[in-house]
Amino acid sequence: MRQGTNTLRQRIKELPRPDLFCVGLALTAAVLVLVILGVIFSPFGATTLTPDRLQPPSPGHLMGTDKMGRDVFARVTYGTRITLLVALGTVTIGAGVGTLLGAICGYFGGIVDEIVMRVMDALFAFPNVLLALVFVSLFGSGTFKVMWALGIAFIPSFARVVRGEYIRCKHLDYVKNARLQGVSDLRVIFVHILPNINGVLLSNLLIGFNNAVLSEAALSYLGIGSQPPFDSLGQMVSASQEVFFAAPWTVLGPGLVIIVMVLGFSLMGEGLRSDTEGLE
Amino acid sequence: MRFILKKIASTVFTLLAVSLVLFISFDLISGDVATRLIGTSATPERLAEARAQLGLDQPIAVQYLRWLSDFVTGDWGVSYIYKQPVSELLAAKLPVTLSLALLSFVLMCLIALPMGIFTGKHAGSRLDRVLLVVNQVIMAIPSFLSGILISWLFGMVLHLFSPGGFVSPTQDLAGFLAYLAFPAIAIALPRAAQTAKLLRGSILEEAGKNYTRTAYSRGNDTNGVLFGHVLKNAFLPVITFLGMSLANLLAGSLVVERVFNIPGISNTLLTSIGNRDYPVVLAIVMWIAIVIIVVNLLVDISYRVLDPRIGEED
Repeated sequence: MRQGTNTLRQRIKELPRPDLFCVGLALTAAVLVLVILGVIFSPFGATTLTPDRLQPPSPGHLMGTDKMGRDVFARVTYGTRITLLVALGTVTIGAGVGTLLGAICGYFGGIVDEIVMRVMDALFAFPNVLLALVFVSLFGSGTFKVMWALGIAFIPSFARVVRGEYIRCKHLDYVKNARLQGVSDLRVIFVHILPNINGVLLSNLLIGFNNAVLSEAALSYLGIGSQPPFDSLGQMVSASQEVFFAAPWTVLGPGLVIIVMVLGFSLMGEGLRSDTEGLE
Repeated sequence: MRFILKKIASTVFTLLAVSLVLFISFDLISGDVATRLIGTSATPERLAEARAQLGLDQPIAVQYLRWLSDFVTGDWGVSYIYKQPVSELLAAKLPVTLSLALLSFVLMCLIALPMGIFTGKHAGSRLDRVLLVVNQVIMAIPSFLSGILISWLFGMVLHLFSPGGFVSPTQDLAGFLAYLAFPAIAIALPRAAQTAKLLRGSILEEAGKNYTRTAYSRGNDTNGVLFGHVLKNAFLPVITFLGMSLANLLAGSLVVERVFNIPGISNTLLTSIGNRDYPVVLAIVMWIAIVIIVVNLLVDISYRVLDPRIGEED
């Protein structure tokens, strides 16, 4: 900001914007290809024990072997599947319920809106991992329970965004028009307004995926979630942490896949968001 | 003043609501506490006696009020597994976790604020672009992974601390903080990256407004405009974010404590969840809720002080 606003504005406009969405898509696609390749081609099972313990990466074992002689690459592809599955379930539950609540609250308003949003605000103050820990302590551990726990924890963020969009949209002309024509409230909510907030919803879904992968990784690192020997990525890191100095590939393999996955989703979300917001 | 009183009242109400919900949920899943405490072999008379002693024969409302008054006076129940008062169990651990979260908060601000201001001021420069990419990558690294890398780099390569060699604060406060600094960095990094990004965006947005041009036209140089005018407004969204960060860093502490073998509440919480030791879980969750809700209150008040326009209508 050297010479006043006009030049600054120009410089903001001239900032390079590589197509973030495409870079993110490429990273996510790379992870998916890795999973598919692992499923089809890997000669080792995720739980096959071999006598070759803590072998460094080689053409035979692309990511080396862990302290029990299991092929890290095969385990990573398996763990990625678990992580992706939990993330998918989490986002589906969070976005599904959150969108429904947000749409109804935003559209109708009133006392129900007030009560539901108060609860959402209270929940929103707690980090996802903590909320999920509370739910896990109530309902028990396991892959699907973690999915539900995280899914519930993800509801408030979606509900808040969608509610805001519905409040904005419900005073627009096309909604007034539809209502004057006698279209029922439910139809206005789901057929008229919902398609118009697609962009916002999609970028939030991607950010949600990014957060879901990180939260799942943290929870499984803490040993909550899928049970050994079918570990998800966080558990692999946790189990191999003690041999990190001797065999860093056992930690870096699953770790890098988490990073690439999160980076992929977050870049896609960023790309979409800057597109929908326009940034003038 | 009225605003502050109102906020405090609503905070107390939220705390009570949260405690009620938590108490009822944990009460529902606990099952028969008397049997768990003395074992299934106990005679029915002995069980009834124990129930009366614990107040379990009372209506749930009475039980809740008793639990609440006990909690406030420092009696957090007795652990099923360790047969030890929960307050004793947590006394040495809660402060460790809270110090870790606070220390990461301080480090986060120390990293994020200068970086946000710098990248905001030099937006579009080569360094800014590099930092944008670095930021995005840092946000994608889970804190436990950066924790492992940090303990390898600073512990095994540079020998700045010994991983696993936790120093008790009562023995050596400086050593305690020096040990915690490394996990604190791991916890702070992703959140610091987010804060810096937010602050950069906020500065750029404020810099495009008319008052910035006015400030320039009065003869201020860039630093004068930035520090005298722009930052004050650019900080507002950042403050909300910083307030929410403390809760986030607390959750991060629970994860990273395990990487660095820190005797905080993380291990106790996780084993108690595994053992279904509900009094311990309830006490820990309640404490975390209190910290988060009180921090939110402080954020709301400081926000009001910095920007008196907010909340005037209510």
